[in-house]
Amino acid sequence: MSASALIKVEHVYRYYGATCALHDVSFSVGKGEVLGLLGPNGAGKSTTLQILSGNLAPSAGQVWINGIDLLDQPKAAKLGLGYLPDQPPLYRELTVDEYLGYCARLHRIAATQRRAAIDTAKQRCGLTAVGHRLIGNLSKGYQQRVGIAQAIVHAPAVVVLDEPTVGLDPLQMREIRALIRELRGEHSIILSTHILPEVQAVCDRVQIISAGKLVLNDSIDGLQRRMRVSSVILGLRHPPPLWDLQALPGVESVETVESGRFRLHYLPEQNPAEAVAEHAVRNQWGLYELSPERMSFEQVFVDITRSDPIEQSLSAEVAS
Amino acid sequence: MIWHIAALELRRLFMSPLAWCVLAVEQIILAYFFLISIDNYLQWQPRLAAVAGAPGVTDLVVGPLFGDAALFLLFAVPMMTMRVISEERRAQTLSLLFSAPVSMTDIVLGKFLGVTAFFLILVAMIALMPLSLLTGVQLDLGMFWSALLGVSLLVASFVALGVFMSTLTVQPAIAAISTFGALLLLWIIDWAGGERAGDYSGLFAYLSLLRHYEPLLKGVFNTSDLVYYLLFIATFLILSIRRLDADRLQH
Repeated sequence: MSASALIKVEHVYRYYGATCALHDVSFSVGKGEVLGLLGPNGAGKSTTLQILSGNLAPSAGQVWINGIDLLDQPKAAKLGLGYLPDQPPLYRELTVDEYLGYCARLHRIAATQRRAAIDTAKQRCGLTAVGHRLIGNLSKGYQQRVGIAQAIVHAPAVVVLDEPTVGLDPLQMREIRALIRELRGEHSIILSTHILPEVQAVCDRVQIISAGKLVLNDSIDGLQRRMRVSSVILGLRHPPPLWDLQALPGVESVETVESGRFRLHYLPEQNPAEAVAEHAVRNQWGLYELSPERMSFEQVFVDITRSDPIEQSLSAEVAS
Repeated sequence: MIWHIAALELRRLFMSPLAWCVLAVEQIILAYFFLISIDNYLQWQPRLAAVAGAPGVTDLVVGPLFGDAALFLLFAVPMMTMRVISEERRAQTLSLLFSAPVSMTDIVLGKFLGVTAFFLILVAMIALMPLSLLTGVQLDLGMFWSALLGVSLLVASFVALGVFMSTLTVQPAIAAISTFGALLLLWIIDWAGGERAGDYSGLFAYLSLLRHYEPLLKGVFNTSDLVYYLLFIATFLILSIRRLDADRLQH
């Protein structure tokens, strides 16, 4: 773990009665890094973030925010922390300015700098025009932005966002994602989501959590490598019998997608595309399509969260 | 930090129509009581004038007025304290305070002071009624201040209990009815035992909120009454802090 890790979580467990919601979770997030926390519903994402934000005490384990132990010195640690829960904590009867002013006071921003801090947060979240409006009268998208503004008004080292784009329209989602990318510079950001493309769009690193355990911790690049090619789609106007295709070098199995289109599975590092093209031309099969199939992010996600063997192979990879 | 939380609490109270409504109803009801007691006094005055050491206007108007005010507060305080924590918990705004660099003590004290400030404003408005008599008669100001101190301590105790009840639940209505029930019980708890002084009636009498209030209305200031109210307030505030702390440990 690097010295510049702004968030450090070590061996955190959380039990609700007999149910174990988090099991031995450890990770760290460096400065300027955006970490995406992914997982199916009920996997423990929100629990993790609630523990990080001091809203929930872990049953065991330790959390450091900005190098300060969150459990021993909660006040000091929370000074460097901004948190947006899954439901933004807004007082509907206040105006945006009043509300952000209160948040700034809560985070001990000196009276002289308060105005500037609020203006910066509003400007970053696109709230400048609605400063005098009541929060209760704002649309869901704007309320979400106020929630984010609240989390960044005191320029914390660590920003924790629980599903920041939930319930927003695609345009607003893009704006919020752009905002998160913009914030990345000086803050460490950890966000949870169940929208997979969001992770690809804004995160540097991904953690997949399933049934309370971290099952994957990888960079986006690593994840993309994981979406390795393992099949090609082949389209032929005059298809030969199936066994001819099966006999091609490198091909492990063939399945028919529709008449004339086949999916050829092959073993890693034995791409049969070249041989297939050669045979197709020589035997006049009427080749019109030959395209590699990429495993989508979704498939990777489903694979990882569903099956244990992958988890084992992962730990084997880590060990090697 | 406490002041910021208290200030916001007070502000949010005045943003809801409920606070204005409580103030308006209080003025109407207590003004009615006030006028009745003045009327009574005017009827008795000729006869009282003949008796040496007879109760004066302060005894007959100020004391009863603050006594009636306590009854009104018994109903009004649960209405105002019920939402203090429970509604924030329900609207999930409590996480703003939990993730901010403030302690549970700050939160509870802030909320308590905010609501108490509201009721002190209300008490000040009640106090204006007897003070208006100063234009025509001489009041026993010592007695007036003692009664004012009494009602302030009483209302702070009510609020402390209300805040605690509000930390127990997510339903404001449950907090309100439990607060009202607890306050009423503590108000009448000295009825137990009654005339036949049993073994426990002393304890019940000590617990009674009313028993410590009446002397102050009569202008009798006793440190033990003051200590009773301060202990009462401290107990329920500490219980509230403990209860909020338990929120993070929930199972």
